[in-house]
Amino acid sequence: MTPPLPRPGRAVPPTATAAPVRPPHERPLRVGPVSWLIRLRPAAVALVLLAAVTLLMALTMRIGDIPLTVPEVFRAITGDGPEHFVVMELRLPRALTGALVGAALALAGAITQAIARNPLASPDILGVTTGASVAVVAAIVAAGSTAGGPSGALAEVGIPLLALVGGLAGALTVYLLAWRRGLDGYRLVLVGIGVTAVFTNVKYWLLTLGDVNDSSRAMVWISGSLNGRGWEHVYPTALALAVLVPLALLGTRSLGALRFGDDTVTGLGVRTNLARGLMILAAVLLAAVATASAGPISFVALAAPQIALRLTGAAQPPLVVSALTGAVLTAAADLLARTVFSPVELPVGVVTAVLGAPYLIYLLVRARKEARS
Amino acid sequence: MRLQAVDVRLGYGDRVIVDGLDLGIEAGTVTTIIGPNGCGKSTLLRALGRLLRPSGGEVLLDGKRIDKMPTKEVAKVLGVLPQAPTAPEGLTVADLVARGRHPHQTWYRQWSSDDESAVGEALAMTGLHDLGERPLDELSGGQRQRAWISMALAQGTDLLLLDEPTTFLDLAHQVEVLELVRRLHGELGRTVVMVLHDLNLAARYADRLVAMRDGRVIAAGPPAEVLTESLLAEVFDLDAKVIEDPVAGTPLVVPIGTRHS
Repeated sequence: MTPPLPRPGRAVPPTATAAPVRPPHERPLRVGPVSWLIRLRPAAVALVLLAAVTLLMALTMRIGDIPLTVPEVFRAITGDGPEHFVVMELRLPRALTGALVGAALALAGAITQAIARNPLASPDILGVTTGASVAVVAAIVAAGSTAGGPSGALAEVGIPLLALVGGLAGALTVYLLAWRRGLDGYRLVLVGIGVTAVFTNVKYWLLTLGDVNDSSRAMVWISGSLNGRGWEHVYPTALALAVLVPLALLGTRSLGALRFGDDTVTGLGVRTNLARGLMILAAVLLAAVATASAGPISFVALAAPQIALRLTGAAQPPLVVSALTGAVLTAAADLLARTVFSPVELPVGVVTAVLGAPYLIYLLVRARKEARS
Repeated sequence: MRLQAVDVRLGYGDRVIVDGLDLGIEAGTVTTIIGPNGCGKSTLLRALGRLLRPSGGEVLLDGKRIDKMPTKEVAKVLGVLPQAPTAPEGLTVADLVARGRHPHQTWYRQWSSDDESAVGEALAMTGLHDLGERPLDELSGGQRQRAWISMALAQGTDLLLLDEPTTFLDLAHQVEVLELVRRLHGELGRTVVMVLHDLNLAARYADRLVAMRDGRVIAAGPPAEVLTESLLAEVFDLDAKVIEDPVAGTPLVVPIGTRHS
């Protein structure tokens, strides 16, 4: 016997008693015409990560040249004196920049991996980070010693702005070269890798032209550093995230659909090229803003979405959990960067690279095993 | 006419595959397009499903130009199952079928009770209700194809375009899938257009056959009128006898070849 069949387009009466088709850890929440699917595990993971990033920030407030106890931190926030300056002007903005930049990079990574349908993809292949690096290195090498040095106007406003422009120009280059009657995920990856290789070599060539001091300063920037980041880095990053995160979240459903073949997606009523273009634009802007604030911090965009994927057991990197994972990773990496070789501070990008390289190898080995089986 | 191609020219880049083709699909029929490899039948189906934009002519859905309609509105009326579709790794059957509800959802309406019952019914109809939590990669070829059809069903459209829904399936599973298609038509009154390679199954399960060669429609009509010995020679260069299918009474193609002639 076959069950009775629905008429096409028929509204099902509320008395219909079809067995639930979602797994028990996903609960529908329905109020009038509004309906959401609450996924319990990602929600729980998100709360834990939020707690973790808060804890890491609190730790960061305490640790440093002037160690502070928790009550001292609270007194420093309200009072004034040297502790106030240390907490409110040095440690807090730096920690916030780190968390925000980490979240932005991870979100950009989650989007890129979904579009490219490849867990090894990261916004680096969109041309953003290398484009920014070329622009910044060129500026430091050409004008570094004449424009006020590392703490001058160039460092505060000029470098982030240059990085932003360079990053967007790099992304535009990749986009234009990859576009051929539409945007194909694989073609994007291949063109991206090619453009990245060219930019990387231009960057190294520029480094050889500069004087030793300028080049070493440029090296710190291109490894990604949170050193000396203040409120002037927090505000633009926070503002960009406030606009881009809701945009990315609105696109979540299209992003889920885009992981299927193009014909399937189009058949489901998604404007495939438009949706993909908008999501790539969001990823490019997120990565560009993050890079402008802290330089190209490596591996966060690559690893955070994949860690989030495994934490939640989801079928695709969940955007919010990925962003929170990125914030935790970057905050933890910067804490290590500040403390491991104290008083010498490492650029945070060095720590993420040291932690991220083995992870990348693990992913490659796993991908090879899967390809064989 | 539910769906109509009017003087369409189709191709990829500079390569023209179909030129000046007209075809109408009537409501409540099962139409099967047959023809040799590369004759443009899949290309035509993609154009009918607005997956490929014609470089000339137009495709009309209920009399309106399909490329002028919002694609999401089209997706509520017309479902397409592409040839050999691919799904993300690790996706479960229930997740795949739920994806069919995409055109009915918005950011604030993500999982309505309509979605839930449509997916439940689509799974039940394809006999997959117990496999909802299984990853798609673990299913057999026949089950996987049923899961994809289930997704198209959950979409709740009364027009369905299926591109070779029986590829890679053994005969028993081919029959199973086509029986399902027939039920969609018989019990739900859905209009189906599909591309098939097996002429005998095409003859048995279609109301109307469309035979194509080199991007042109050579013949269209009821299977008994279209599937003749002279047409097989003209369309497939195939020397064959056509007898009556002892079970269904439809034409049955028996190729002659050289070994027994």
